[in-house]
Amino acid sequence: MKIEDKKRVLREMVLHRRFEERCYQAYIERKIGGFLHLYPGQEACCNGVMEAARPGHDYVITGYRDHVHAIKCGADPKEVMAELYGKETGSSKGRGGSMHIFDVAHRFMGGYALVGGPFPLAAGMAKAIQLKGGDEIAICFLGDAANNQGTFHETMNMAALWKLPVLFVCENNLYGIGTAIDRSTAVVHQHKRVAAYNIPADECDGQDIEVVYEHARKAVDHVRSGKGPYFLELLTYRYRGHSMSDSRGYRSREEEEMWKQRDPIFILRDRLIAAGEMTMADYEALEKETDAYIENEVIRFAEESPEPRVEDLEKYVLAERETQLPWLTGKAA
Amino acid sequence: MAQIMYWEAIQRAHDEEMARDPLVICMGEDIGVAGGTYKATKGLYEKYGPLRVMDTPISENGFTGLAVGASFLGVRPIVEIMSVNFAWLAMDQMFNSAAKVRYMSGGQLAAPCVFRSAGGAAHQLGAQHSARMEKVFMGIAGLRVVTPSNPKQAYGLLKSAVRCDDPVFINEHELMYNMKGEVPDGEYFHPLEGSEIARSGTDVTLFGYNISVHWCLKAAEILDKQYGISAEVVDLYSLSPLDRDGIRKSVSKTHRAVIAEEDEAPVGVGSEVIAIINEECFFELDAAPVRVHSALVPQPYNHTLEKAAIPDHEDVVKAVLKMFGKA
Ligand SMILES: Cc1ncc(C[n+]2csc(CCOP(=O)(O)OP(=O)(O)O)c2C)c(N)n1
Ligand SMILES: [Mg+2]
Repeated sequence: MKIEDKKRVLREMVLHRRFEERCYQAYIERKIGGFLHLYPGQEACCNGVMEAARPGHDYVITGYRDHVHAIKCGADPKEVMAELYGKETGSSKGRGGSMHIFDVAHRFMGGYALVGGPFPLAAGMAKAIQLKGGDEIAICFLGDAANNQGTFHETMNMAALWKLPVLFVCENNLYGIGTAIDRSTAVVHQHKRVAAYNIPADECDGQDIEVVYEHARKAVDHVRSGKGPYFLELLTYRYRGHSMSDSRGYRSREEEEMWKQRDPIFILRDRLIAAGEMTMADYEALEKETDAYIENEVIRFAEESPEPRVEDLEKYVLAERETQLPWLTGKAA
Repeated sequence: MAQIMYWEAIQRAHDEEMARDPLVICMGEDIGVAGGTYKATKGLYEKYGPLRVMDTPISENGFTGLAVGASFLGVRPIVEIMSVNFAWLAMDQMFNSAAKVRYMSGGQLAAPCVFRSAGGAAHQLGAQHSARMEKVFMGIAGLRVVTPSNPKQAYGLLKSAVRCDDPVFINEHELMYNMKGEVPDGEYFHPLEGSEIARSGTDVTLFGYNISVHWCLKAAEILDKQYGISAEVVDLYSLSPLDRDGIRKSVSKTHRAVIAEEDEAPVGVGSEVIAIINEECFFELDAAPVRVHSALVPQPYNHTLEKAAIPDHEDVVKAVLKMFGKA
């Protein structure tokens, strides 16, 4: 990675971290409802892969832990926060919530809450790319436990069979909610599982963004050059509970501490400091500046935005009627 | 107007839409090289090739989800689910992805997919190949459900479904693929909403859809010839949304209603139509509406038991005669 890119990505990762921590606070204050799945600890995964890909050009899809993926693709953090607040100005107009962030203009094709649901959707987008002949790829970010769904196996088979331009990124954080991976999954190394479908795969440290980036570049190149699907497993860890009501009784504080020693933001920060590219004071200023932006712009926008109108409750269930009349009435020209 | 078969009508709609738009594709088990279990995609593989006529692995939820994902990017997939009994495996993607994505994205994304599937009892196919499942699909927000009772509808509904920006489930019938009927020679789009008066009458309305329209028509004939009862037959080709206006208009004219469905009664088309009658025109009624439906059993294999489980035109006649105090 180029030095300017590293500096930029550090800024982005700090924003991602502080954004998520601010969500936590807003949830405690009951500004955010429903389920809330936060990303701290895993930032290098999304950032490393998307640095190797083309955000806003490639089609990205993921599960319910989706805020950072959306922002990385180009979604405005203000609109993502407004969505969490359920506001009309939210990225999904307040109809989606935390688990259903969408920003189709930036080709962030959504967060989905059924574990394993996005696998075939990603392959389908890749099928569309194949038919239309573009140079985009589809990227599917999901967790480790999602690989125990039937959709995983069905999709790997079809993606390989039809050589679809889709990259599967497995963010292996060692748990599916409170079940450790070796208690749910016979083959613990996720990248080995796709060998059954003849899909090339790789595994690497998911905490060091430069490592992720190097492996992701290989993966993205493979898919973009028309060689078919690829599976990249990233070893990572989520600091917080699965969602908000999780006391983390299924893992030890020592284990958590061990992972925090390999914090993706600090790894990059310390490397930049060691290289003389920034100082600790610069970093602290960056954190402050980020917090000020989040408070003064992001939170403020969410707070001040209007609620959706109850009259619009049934909007967006189906296509606007007026646009579909020929087919609804049979009076096609 | 040519007389063609139901399957030929479906095949023609595929062919015309695929010829018009390179982003219309079709997929399903054995639909390509083998030409389709019901021949509905016959000849398309040879004409449009494997990229657009896709023989899928036996992965109903997987390939349905793949179709939905492709539709996000403007592809118009027509998915054949070989038998509606297998659609249970694809409901996750149909309901959780296709039907909800427009809403949960605040209108940013849509899944304009067509899902076609053969339902209904054929001949002794047993419990796992005889289900009717329209009742399951018609209660899902964000999904349209239509069900053709003749070749003209089979052709025109598929044409409209492909063009419409909403996901559409088309409920076909195992026993109807070889039924012959007139289909317009020129391009024809059947409305996705509404209902059709298949036979006009004054004394009672017989509501049917798909195969039960034919029981109703036969029953109306018998009621007219043998009992002097004039029955109106309303074809509910759209099950979601149901045609409230059409239901109200006909019942307000005849003041009596019988709903015939091949499905079991609970939570079905019959219950829904009666609820609409209650809401729209309760005081027009001269008699309590009645449902004619199958027994609440997994479909038996034995021929006699199977016949006993499923209603036909005679059950419709009996229900009407009872309503008129003649039985
Ligand atoms: C089909 C389905 N089953 C169960 C759930 C409940 N659930 C939500 S997240 C989750 C664990 C998923 O873990 P993983 O795929 O590893 O992702 P992570 O949350 O660790 O990022 C479960 C069981 C669900 N949302 N969908
Ligand atoms: Mg996990």
